[in-house]
Amino acid sequence: MAVMMYWEAIRRAQDEELARDPMVIVMGEDVGVAGGTYKATKGLYEKYGAERVIDTPISENGFTGLGIGASFIGVRPIIEIMSVNFAWLAMDQIFNSAAKVRYMSGGQLEAPVVIRSPGGTAHQLGAQHSARMEKVFMGVAGLRVVTPSNPRQAYGLVKSAVRCNDPVFINEHELMYNMKGEVPDEEYFHPLEGSEVARQGRDVTLFGYNISVHWCLEAAEFLASHHGIDCEVVDLYSLSPLDRAGIKASVSKTHRAIIAEEAEAPVGVGSEVMAIINEECFFELDAAPVRVSARNVPIPYNHRLEKAAIPGAKDVVHAVLKMFGKQ
Amino acid sequence: MQRDLVRQFFYDMLLARLFEQAAAEQYVQGNIAGFLHLYPGEEAVAVGTLRAADPGDYVVSTYREHVHALVRGVSADAVMAELFGRVGGCSRGYGGSMHLFDVQRRFLGGYAIVGETLPIAIGVGYRLAMNGARDAVLCYFGDGAVNQGTFHESLNMAALWKLPVLFICENNHYQIGTEIHRHSAMAEIYRRACAYGMAAKRVDGMDVLAVYGAARAALEHVREGLGPYLLECETYRYRGHSMADSGAYRSALEVAELQARDPLLTLRARAVEEGWIAAAEIEALEEKAQQAVESAVRFAAQSPPPDDMYHGVYAQPVDLYRGQP
Ligand SMILES: Cc1ncc(C[n+]2csc(CCOP(=O)(O)OP(=O)(O)O)c2C)c(N)n1
Ligand SMILES: [Mg+2]
Repeated sequence: MAVMMYWEAIRRAQDEELARDPMVIVMGEDVGVAGGTYKATKGLYEKYGAERVIDTPISENGFTGLGIGASFIGVRPIIEIMSVNFAWLAMDQIFNSAAKVRYMSGGQLEAPVVIRSPGGTAHQLGAQHSARMEKVFMGVAGLRVVTPSNPRQAYGLVKSAVRCNDPVFINEHELMYNMKGEVPDEEYFHPLEGSEVARQGRDVTLFGYNISVHWCLEAAEFLASHHGIDCEVVDLYSLSPLDRAGIKASVSKTHRAIIAEEAEAPVGVGSEVMAIINEECFFELDAAPVRVSARNVPIPYNHRLEKAAIPGAKDVVHAVLKMFGKQ
Repeated sequence: MQRDLVRQFFYDMLLARLFEQAAAEQYVQGNIAGFLHLYPGEEAVAVGTLRAADPGDYVVSTYREHVHALVRGVSADAVMAELFGRVGGCSRGYGGSMHLFDVQRRFLGGYAIVGETLPIAIGVGYRLAMNGARDAVLCYFGDGAVNQGTFHESLNMAALWKLPVLFICENNHYQIGTEIHRHSAMAEIYRRACAYGMAAKRVDGMDVLAVYGAARAALEHVREGLGPYLLECETYRYRGHSMADSGAYRSALEVAELQARDPLLTLRARAVEEGWIAAAEIEALEEKAQQAVESAVRFAAQSPPPDDMYHGVYAQPVDLYRGQP
């Protein structure tokens, strides 16, 4: 196992796929000569050339559509959208074309594209650069949505996404590119569906994905050492489809659930997980499930307000203690 | 040339340069965060165009808009305080560097999505056309924005409905790290206007007098009801795209060449040579600008942070799910 950073893991996966299949291409703003805003394509332009590592104009709907169209006839594009905030501009092509083409062509066409994009709130980037959009993508049939919480998943999910014949949206995080973690030395394909138990526990399940997995793990350590509460942490790396069986299994074991997400609560991952709990294992519950989520506001620029708008490990701890009547 | 006008241009550009330098310093010191896009090198564009505008005109700008706000009359105090994220800021600390607003001065904002300013500007222009007013909209965007669909969609509608919009392309030849010939099939941006039968011109954006003259003529055209106008100002940014970018993709030679055409220094030299401004007066203006910037930093540092998270989400406070149990 080599230790590498999140961006290095993504870079390695893309490098291997580019080397393997001449139909794999990488495209996006500043992915080529500049090596990628978050370095995820560093050196690939030099290695594979301008035809396969494409610096695009700022035409999100256009170049995403280009990738999707090319994928109809055999190309396997990995499209980097510099930030999810700009993915709004490409929604037409992602939703109307990529997600639906297999269905509306009666199965004749498919759009095996990978769209990678960082979401999340970083540090004071303001309202138009702080969106968390996974909730938007996960609600659309025909699209797969995955969101790696560590370098191993990042590597393995990019690999699997490139091989998958459905369009896959990979939701990354601006604050996680320098996170370090172990990645297998041999080729590794992370499943595009399912969930992972990141920490075993008996008393309550903390559901997280991407950055919120880390809040949950931190909260779990604290709660174990200070309050004797044994949390299970479930990493929902696949948001579409969500792992119904995994959610059910964990809640049936702990009988309590808290869902931590960086996005605002309405119509979010939390609401969806709660609905699944309701449908799958309502009578297993010892307490009403709780969401830990962002304030329902556009993200303010001021740093104090920004911090207050976004939840973290402390909020998870607070929610658990409240659930156990300790606060 | 009118002396007062030249003096104004000089002062505006000087204030702009010093303000941005101070912003960079404050960023390094940690008082400003997020993406900070600075304007040194491009001053002649904002100054030349905005000084050609009337107080009744509207302005819609991008995330690289500190100087547009300053020239429009937003105080250095209010701009700096916004960069600090404080209530004394022109967006009360909620917006930040990329989202400066001052509706009183008809400064309708800084927008951080590339290509976003154009549809907004034609909307404002549409309202003005409904009024039959002689006011215009000044719409700013970079060379990178012209490949968004919104550029073409907006130019078409503006031309179709003869909207009073002056489209101002600040062509600094880069969209972050991608040089214009690598992002645009037609790098002479003003020529794109002909697809919509729109009047257009390219001007040396390093020469404030040239920009001013071109903007005056263009605004006259717009005010006469002859339809929109695309003014391309060829310019250059001396710093990286933002504080996060070193600009390593540009050669030192290229930067040096453009620095030799520094719009501020060029005007200064010419103004002294032509006797438009006396050397002593230059010193006084420098002193004045320096003080304005220092006072802005002091003002920003003392201004309190905003404290109401839910201010401005809706017109009236809405009893909605506010998040976090
Ligand atoms: C829709 C969208 N895509 C990408 C970005 C990221 N981005 C911010 S500025 C920029 C380059 C813009 O270049 P240009 O329009 O020439 O303006 P400049 O920064 O040079 O003034 C990019 C790609 C964005 N803000 N919005
Ligand atoms: Mg540019």
